[in-house]
Amino acid sequence: MIAIIDYGAGNIFSVKNALDFLGVENKLTKDKEEIINADGIILPGVGAYPWAMKMLNESGLVDTIKEQSHKKPFLGICLGMQLLFEKGFEFEECDGLGLIKGEVRYMDEPDLIIPHMGWNELEFNMECPLTQGLSDNTYVYFVHSYKAVCDSENVVAYSTYGGKVPALVSDGKTVFGAQFHPEKSGDAGLTILKNFAQLCKEGK
Amino acid sequence: MLAKRIIPCLDVRDGKVVKGVNFQGIKEVGDPVACAYEYNKQGADEIVFYDITASHEGRGVMLDVVRETAKKVFVPLTVGGGITTVDDIRETLRAGADKVSVNSQAVKNPQLIKDGADIFGSQCICVGIDAKKIADKKWTVFINGGRIDMQIDLIDWVKKIEQLGAGEICLNSIDTDGVRGGFDLEMLKSVVDAVKIPVIASGGAGKLEHFAEAFLKTDCSAALAASLFHFKELTVGEVKDDCRSKGILIR
Repeated sequence: MIAIIDYGAGNIFSVKNALDFLGVENKLTKDKEEIINADGIILPGVGAYPWAMKMLNESGLVDTIKEQSHKKPFLGICLGMQLLFEKGFEFEECDGLGLIKGEVRYMDEPDLIIPHMGWNELEFNMECPLTQGLSDNTYVYFVHSYKAVCDSENVVAYSTYGGKVPALVSDGKTVFGAQFHPEKSGDAGLTILKNFAQLCKEGK
Repeated sequence: MLAKRIIPCLDVRDGKVVKGVNFQGIKEVGDPVACAYEYNKQGADEIVFYDITASHEGRGVMLDVVRETAKKVFVPLTVGGGITTVDDIRETLRAGADKVSVNSQAVKNPQLIKDGADIFGSQCICVGIDAKKIADKKWTVFINGGRIDMQIDLIDWVKKIEQLGAGEICLNSIDTDGVRGGFDLEMLKSVVDAVKIPVIASGGAGKLEHFAEAFLKTDCSAALAASLFHFKELTVGEVKDDCRSKGILIR
């Protein structure tokens, strides 16, 4: 079972719909035991960085998330991906979960339409179990105004918008983050989720 | 690089896709869930449901449509029409929509844009605008399906909604809507130049070339059409192939 962490953020049903469609057992939960017993964890998220961290802190799940993220496959999506880093700067400086080294900064480039909204191409930087079976020109759906600033060794794939935007990141072990929405990225997104579910199954 | 989006729009009344001709002789053209699924297969980058139901019961039916669609269509879904409160936005997003589109209500109550953006994020607040030319390079904003002139300058309005936190603009030209002579490029260009947020072109597509034309002559982010796709005059795939053949980046 994959635990989708329900901490009051955004449209978490889309992630659930996509896993249901793939026939992957999953559960929306904020229960510590369920998260501990799950084969994998997804941290979704739509909204603002400080607000989401506050909700996570209030849910009392931060320590559980940090601990469990090293024990089983863990996927942060969109804001959930941004929270994996050490710090965010949306409205105010705010500590993240610190699972991957780096910060999240406003995409401040002149003449750039913000938010970065729509389908953009993945440019692969390294191999990763989540990208198995994706073709070279794979488009995925993005909606965001802030981007990760991190070492290239943590970037599985970039997209180009203004500059290079980390699209899929990883700690090289169990932690993954997608800046785009795999649950809204058509067949390509479903492939990524299927790969993640497979990883969860193997780790069982 | 970011691809330009092609967005089919489905007008829905009481849970059925309809296509109105000047508000008379509304034709039912099918089941919205099936239509959305078909558009998804054709390569639609997003799908818009526009609820033209007036009644409260109708809204519930619309949410069912969204719920069912979200179970099998995995591209972004936008719902417009009849959204007047923050609770309406919440309900619609919870049913599986990724964005809501607010139009008349945003003009009557601009605070709705700010409240929606503050609570749910700018990315899910699209502001729909119906505008009409009143003088050279001057347009005003209309509400209630283009019937009431609010005498608000279009450029002032788009700057204001951007400031309030809108994440996107869907710009419909009353002058070109239904005429099928192409999108209103002059108005589109003026709006795109005035704001930093993405702008969707709407109203006026009558043939294949009109989509590429909007992308080549303005910096709009997406182009939307309803009847062309409804009546199968064109498929989303054909439009995308035409754009691609003209060097436009398309998924």
